[in-house]
Order: sequence, then C-alpha cells, then structure tokens
Amino acid sequence: MKEVVYISGVPSAGPDLPMLLGQVARGDQEAFGSVYDAVCGPVLGLVRSVLRDPAQSEEVAQEVLTEVWRTAARYRPERGGVMNWVLTLAHRRAVDRVRSAQASADREHKAALLDRTPAFDQVTEQVEARLEREQVRRCLRTLTELQRQSVTLAYYQGLTYREVAELLTVPLGTVKTRLRDGLIRLRDCLGVST
Amino acid sequence: MNAELHTLTGAYALHALSDDEREEFERHLGDCEACTQEVRELTATAARLGLAVSVTPPPEMKAAALRRISTVRQEPPVAPAPARPVAARFRGRRMARFALAACMAVTAGSAGVAVWQHQSADDAQQQARAAQQQSEQLAGVLAAPDAKATTGQLAGGASGTLVVAHSKNQAVFVASSMPKPPSGKVYQLWFNDAGTMRSAGLMDPSQTTEAVLLSGPVDKASGMGITVEPSGGSPAPTSAPLALMNFATA
Ligand SMILES: [Zn+2]
Repeated sequence: MKEVVYISGVPSAGPDLPMLLGQVARGDQEAFGSVYDAVCGPVLGLVRSVLRDPAQSEEVAQEVLTEVWRTAARYRPERGGVMNWVLTLAHRRAVDRVRSAQASADREHKAALLDRTPAFDQVTEQVEARLEREQVRRCLRTLTELQRQSVTLAYYQGLTYREVAELLTVPLGTVKTRLRDGLIRLRDCLGVST
Repeated sequence: MNAELHTLTGAYALHALSDDEREEFERHLGDCEACTQEVRELTATAARLGLAVSVTPPPEMKAAALRRISTVRQEPPVAPAPARPVAARFRGRRMARFALAACMAVTAGSAGVAVWQHQSADDAQQQARAAQQQSEQLAGVLAAPDAKATTGQLAGGASGTLVVAHSKNQAVFVASSMPKPPSGKVYQLWFNDAGTMRSAGLMDPSQTTEAVLLSGPVDKASGMGITVEPSGGSPAPTSAPLALMNFATA
C-alpha cells in the first residue's frame, strides 16, 4: 500500500511583526507586548553576549525595547525584517555601552576575549531558537579560522576591527577583508536575501 | 579612496568601525548603491548571528518594559506609514528560511500538530509522536557536522535550500514563497538516482513556505527534483520538473 505523506502542515509562521510594529507606531501598547514576546529573547541574548554582566544586559535590553517603542514609526519594511531592525539597534547599543565602559576602565584581559565563545550553549527550551543556533554554527564552520575569529570577535564581543587586528596580530586591511568575505560566506550559507 | 571604502561593508555591518570611520562610510553609502545593497545583506546576516544566541528572558522583564514605555513619548512618523500589503509582502520574503523552518518545527513539536498527515486515520498521539520525531530528525540533519546546503532560485520568486547530511543519509528541503499548486495538485519531491526519480514525499498543498524532511534515504541520489502531481502524488513523475537541485558536494 502506498502511504501518502504530507510533510509539514502547520498553518502559522509566527506573528506578523511588520503589521504589529505599525500598530506600535500608533501607540498600541498591546501590540508592543506581542512584539516584545517575539524580540526580547534574541535582544537579551545578543546584548548579554557582548556585555556579559546580566544586570547591565537587562538594562541595555530594556533601553533597546524602549527605543523600539519610541521609534517604531521609523521602521521601513523595504529595508529589512523587524527582527533584523531590532537586533541591529540592540547590537549598536550593546557595542556603544561596552566601548564607553572600556574608555573608563580596563577591558578584560585580551586572552580572555579570545577564549570566549559565543553563548551557543545557553539553555533554551525553544526548538526554534535551537534550530537557528544549529544552522548558524554549521555555517560558521564553513568560514576560515581567521574569518570566523574576526566575525565573532567583532559581533559577539563588540570589538572594532582595529582591536580585532591587534588581538589576532594581523594587518588592519586583512581584518577588514576577512570581516567582509566572512559575512558574505555566512550570508550565502544561511541563504539570507534582501 | 573609494576602492578602499567598498571593503568596509562588513566592518560597518558589524559596528566595528570607529565613529569617524563610520561617518565617512555613511557619506559614501549616500552615493554608492552597491555598498548600500551589500550593507543591507550583511546587516541581515549579522542579525542571524544575534538570533542564534537568543535566551529566555526573565518573566518580570515584560512588566517592566510595558511600564517603561507607558511613560515614553513616541516619535512621529517621518513619512506616511507603508500600506499594509507592502508589509505583508515583505514579511514573507524577509523572514529567514531556516527561521521559518524552525517555526514550523516548533509548532509541530510542542503542540503536537500533525507534521505527517497520513491518509489512513492514525490517532492523534501517533501523529504527534511522528511530528516530534520528524522535527528532531530535521534538526539533526541541519546540525550534522557534514551538512551541506545548496540554495537555488525557483520560478516565480520562490527559492529553495537543499541540505544534505550524508552521515545521516537524510536531506531537508526548505522552500520559501512557493506559489500555491493549482487546485487538485500537489508538489512532489523526488530523489534523483542518476536520472531516475524516486519519490521523497509530498509538500503540503496549503503551505508556500515550509521545511521538509525528504522521506526515504538519500543513498546514491545526486540531488532532488520537484514536480507538480495530482493530489495524492504519483509513483513516477508525470510532468517536467519545476526544479532540479544537486546536493552540495563540497
Ligand atoms: Zn561603495
């Protein structure tokens, strides 16, 4: 007997974030709650990977969420998805914070930065997050060692490309190129299209 | 000068420039369409790195966030808000394919929604188990150390990513924005065994974007094909393939 198998068949692919954000822009606090549910986990995880300190991370994540509320009207769907927009804001804020902290106090010992691995091992029960992580890890493995180190130090640690060059003792121009070709390779592996 | 600036797209997308350099590069972006497009793509790529370190926030954060925004004044729109259809159109296109795959797997896994719909009336529990199992197998293929992906454009703006893990002898197809099949028809997937097509299951006709664990072992297949078949599928293709994709070899 031939068994007919339909694969998948789940009607929903998550909330309609651009629509919700449109409502947020018009002052809808309930819609903000739904956007919060979708973005808070990624925002907090990203900020934490850059800042490390849990209390400070929560504070910066709250600042990011407030910025989403405040500037929702500025979001332009033609420039990318809501998650992309929010995570770009979050990364910008986390990086600003880590650099201002750096100016007053000594940044962690350099060797410690190199030892740090992205927080891929964070416990999360969400299958969705787990799949995304596995996919990103798999694609990071397709990068050369120097591409991978440059990209992860810049993104997850918030280093400037100058700091990356110093840390890895490679020329500035090399780091610039590795950041670019590393991201291009990731883009292709992840199938990112805009 | 400009040739030098073009290479800064990656560093810019990662916020890895100094303030001065960033300002200079942003001026450059104002009149370089190529860099603008590349920055868009690389920024979206960087966001995927962020998505990958997602955590479960402490529950009290939400109340705090809602309290906080209730006292914050919003900026007025700088331009008329985009019409709803635009947002809807972009939503489909912009969502990362694998994120979508994951959404489906999570619903299947947690809520017990049938991922496999057998024509025979299986009981719901069995379906839920199969769903769970499939979502795990799907995750297993994506996570396999030897998993390799090929991405291709299909007709009508759709795209597909084919991931093969030879260590698991399994493959996953992630379709994005496939047009709905004509009424009474389904998309059928096939393993390509040196030109002979072996059925690898049907896609759900109500879905235009989905992740599919190809049913059956990869074995010696060199790739995958998609055809449109009458509901229920066919033992062999009855129409020319819409797409043929080879498994990545390197
Ligand atoms: Zn340029």
